[in-house]
Amino acid sequence: MVDTSVALAGLRLDNPVIPASGTFGFGHEFAELYDLDVLGSISLKGTTREPRFGNPLPRIAECEGGLINSVGLQNPGVRAVIDEELPKLARVFHKPAIANISGFSVDEYAECAALLDARPEIGILEINVSCPNVHAGGMAFGTCPENAAAVARAVKAAAKKPVFIKLSPNVTDIAAIAAACVDAGADGISLINTLLGMRIDLKRRAPVIANRMGGFSGRAILPVALRMVWQVYEAVDVPIMGLGGVATAEDVIEMMLAGATAVQVGAENLVNPWACPEIIAALPRAMEQYGITRLEDIIGGAHHG
Amino acid sequence: MQRQIITLTASRPLTADVVELRFAADTSAIVRPGQFVNLALEGLFLRRPISVCDWDADGLTLVVKVVGKGTARLAALRPGAALDALVGLGNGYDVDACPADPVLAGGGVGVPPLYGLARALIAAGKRPAVALGFNRKEEIFYDDAFRALGLPVAVATADGSAGAKGFVTDILPEGRYVCCCGPEAMLKAVHARAAGGQFSFEARMGCGFGACMGCTCRTIAGPKRICKEGPVLRREEILW
Repeated sequence: MVDTSVALAGLRLDNPVIPASGTFGFGHEFAELYDLDVLGSISLKGTTREPRFGNPLPRIAECEGGLINSVGLQNPGVRAVIDEELPKLARVFHKPAIANISGFSVDEYAECAALLDARPEIGILEINVSCPNVHAGGMAFGTCPENAAAVARAVKAAAKKPVFIKLSPNVTDIAAIAAACVDAGADGISLINTLLGMRIDLKRRAPVIANRMGGFSGRAILPVALRMVWQVYEAVDVPIMGLGGVATAEDVIEMMLAGATAVQVGAENLVNPWACPEIIAALPRAMEQYGITRLEDIIGGAHHG
Repeated sequence: MQRQIITLTASRPLTADVVELRFAADTSAIVRPGQFVNLALEGLFLRRPISVCDWDADGLTLVVKVVGKGTARLAALRPGAALDALVGLGNGYDVDACPADPVLAGGGVGVPPLYGLARALIAAGKRPAVALGFNRKEEIFYDDAFRALGLPVAVATADGSAGAKGFVTDILPEGRYVCCCGPEAMLKAVHARAAGGQFSFEARMGCGFGACMGCTCRTIAGPKRICKEGPVLRREEILW
């Protein structure tokens, strides 16, 4: 019998597999497909203080090995999330969920964090300072160590639950940004968000995405994500949620060897809505194949001095 | 929504770039005409959403126009080809909400889902009239299929090479209840002429089942996902 459980910032997860924010809605809609309780946790749709429609269509462009999205943080606002989405989730998911929070000011991050921190359905706050699809918000906070640290500090002051800062890969030195967040009190780091990219329609000679650029994700970005998880693992001593291109149980193991304690699955959910339960079901066999008895033992296992 | 492997049993060209594909499939997840399937194709990351033209207990029919890489690959499939499909997506047309004599207005590759709708309406004791628009004579398809159902069919072509010269709106009686599918400019023009109806929209989709918010549009009733609360919207809730 292998042990797939991991300890993540004081929570014991049955397994490290977590659907990533923005690819799983607020979770409850997937309950008609499978028993959500098989998941380690769920990272909920990015939430802002005010309701947001998001960006104009088209918001999606296909790429080799992935897609570009420019949804632009569509969400019903933190009040509706608390009043409507979380109660629906609580009926079908009986483990602590991860709230994912975005903002356009440090105060907005802190305010949303305080509101969601008070909810019993939420076990971890994941602070998105890395959305590439909103102007003057999101990624603007995550591309400079001082700004990211300011958000981390404010959220920590407003919340009691563990705070993970979700970082952008669109930076020169992700380790420095991660270290600044941890110095400011962050309990963990999630990475990576999407890579800023674009496609151009040959017939129209114009960008495919209405907002011109968007975030590239999907299997193609796994190597970039692994590299950055590796770098951050070397730089900080807090748990990491690794994500970016994860699609198989082997990818989960690879991400954990790079340094992740938990692993999020994003774009793969969009092409295979059963991706997470399939990965979870495949984990024990993959562990046996690579001689792993306790999954937790391999975290950072590829770093040798 | 159901995930399954569907197998191509027959492929037949309808025009130079439109092909009719018949798949053996479990169709129990399809509950309304105008729903769609989302097909995984080898080497392409995103699935391809295609509306169901018609279905029965043994399988389903898709009509595909070649417009890009994915549709070209679909059109080139040979009988025996197996595809990973999500079946029973979207809301589809509400047959009960239609009056006894709705008009079905289709443009180009928007025509196919109206065929399944026509059959469902007939089964419900209703008698639709059909108005189809194409660019030119060579692009016309399925007009005979609707006639074979015993329905009155009017055709318009933009260049006048067959039927009436002009657009679907030129052969569409004013003030009727219309079920419509076609390019957005056509939907908008028909919307302006119709007294009521249901309009099927198209969008670039990420997932096709409501998870990614990649296809959300604004409506009177708030944001709706074309793939989940759509693709069919009621006339009175549409915002242009």
